[in-house]
Amino acid sequence: MNEGLLRGLIPAVTAALVRRGADFATAEDAVQEALIQALARWPADPPVDPKGWLITVAWRKFLDATRSENSRQAREARVDAEPPPGPAEETDDTLRLYFLCAHPSLTPASAVALTLRAVGGLTTRQIAEAYLVPEATMAQRISRAKRTLAGVRLDESGDLATVLRVLYLVFNEGYGGEVDLAEEAIRLTRQITSMTDDPEVSGLLALMLLHHARRAARITPAGALVPLAEQDRSRWNTELVAEAVSILQAALARDRLGEYQARAAIAALHADARTAGETDWVQIVEWYDELLRLTDSRVVRLNRAVAVGEADGPAAGLAALESVEPTVPRYAAVRAYLHERAGDVRLAARLYADAAGAATNVAERDHLLRQAARLNAALRP
Amino acid sequence: MAKYLLLKHYRGGPAPVVDYPPMDQWAPEAVDAHVRYMVDFAAKLEETGEFVEHRALLPEGAFVRYGGEGKPPVTDGPFAETKDLVAGWLIIDVDSYERAVELAGEYSAAPGPDGHPICEWLELRPFYSDAPTVVE
Repeated sequence: MNEGLLRGLIPAVTAALVRRGADFATAEDAVQEALIQALARWPADPPVDPKGWLITVAWRKFLDATRSENSRQAREARVDAEPPPGPAEETDDTLRLYFLCAHPSLTPASAVALTLRAVGGLTTRQIAEAYLVPEATMAQRISRAKRTLAGVRLDESGDLATVLRVLYLVFNEGYGGEVDLAEEAIRLTRQITSMTDDPEVSGLLALMLLHHARRAARITPAGALVPLAEQDRSRWNTELVAEAVSILQAALARDRLGEYQARAAIAALHADARTAGETDWVQIVEWYDELLRLTDSRVVRLNRAVAVGEADGPAAGLAALESVEPTVPRYAAVRAYLHERAGDVRLAARLYADAAGAATNVAERDHLLRQAARLNAALRP
Repeated sequence: MAKYLLLKHYRGGPAPVVDYPPMDQWAPEAVDAHVRYMVDFAAKLEETGEFVEHRALLPEGAFVRYGGEGKPPVTDGPFAETKDLVAGWLIIDVDSYERAVELAGEYSAAPGPDGHPICEWLELRPFYSDAPTVVE
């Protein structure tokens, strides 16, 4: 059994312990201990029933942790007497665990950490490595999150929207460390699609797959960003694109449009173009308008201005940019691009340099510096 | 979350607001209290899940640069008395810039020889983050 399959069992195992009467925080710790034991033991000695093994070991760890012989006996008696849950019940409990880990009372960073551990089945060390903090710090972040949730009942634990937001955050975190967070987010989103029929889950899954499909083309071996228009489209993963498009079409057909479906539709239109020149920008602008109706976000407004610039020319793009606040990240970069296309190279060069100064990550800063250098070189006699 | 560097300086930065003698002139208890404050502060950050790293630097050192093909590196040092001199750093991982400022303010309140905060200037610097997956 590979690690991904093992980790796929984790939320159901935690849910099983909670159903037997364990509190979430202690149950989750017990499952983490069982997981670490499984990672060490299974390669040499795989169990016949992996899930049963995990539940048994985790339950024993839970009883050890609670240390009360009386309550132990009482609990054992209850477990023996209780009928096994049906598949639907089990699915509901597992889904509630997702809701709990993304509970609105948690900060986004805490929700991300707890989701990756309790639902994703990652070890604290792996999560710490992915977020470049010491393991002790991450352990504290997770136990604080669990303390915040003390008293929240599993059946009143939140909603799908917060779960999707957390998974999108994980996906966006990128590709550092031993654990591939983008793939992890995709795996967890896939798991939820099998538990609910909300088309927004499909929308998010399609969106992630479409971006994941372009991964190999996004960055040069030296780590430089390649903008969408310059990517080698033969390196896009067509299987992932095809899967995403069919997931998205099925979701859109249900006529309950949401933010993630609209974003995925935009990504799908990009994926659909064999060359950058064939991109259907008019339809992309329409989807941005739709997206703005669903979520009045400053970033969406900015991206819409780019699309308008492609569909109706740079002057129209600059006009659309006038309704965007200049404090939005990447505002200067977009302005630089539109001015370059409008022919004002001198202004564009200066704006690219400004944008590089405002960039918050190195790959983007270097990309913008290269743009400024390219224009400045062209300006020299 | 965003990572920030809190730089402590032996010298340099804005003019100190509290005038105090070097630490070797303090009462031993005052030195202990100061050191304990620093250790407790790092421990507290670990407990809040915001601690990344904490290192101190000796006041000695030199500037070094490439000396050219086949030549040894060129050094310039020891440091001149007037120079800005870094004493160490604390790296934190926090939810917001406001939180980073709050923590830096607190860190700067370590007690001096009289037990009152020394109000040392700390340099607060954001790190570049990793490039996100989705930008367009």
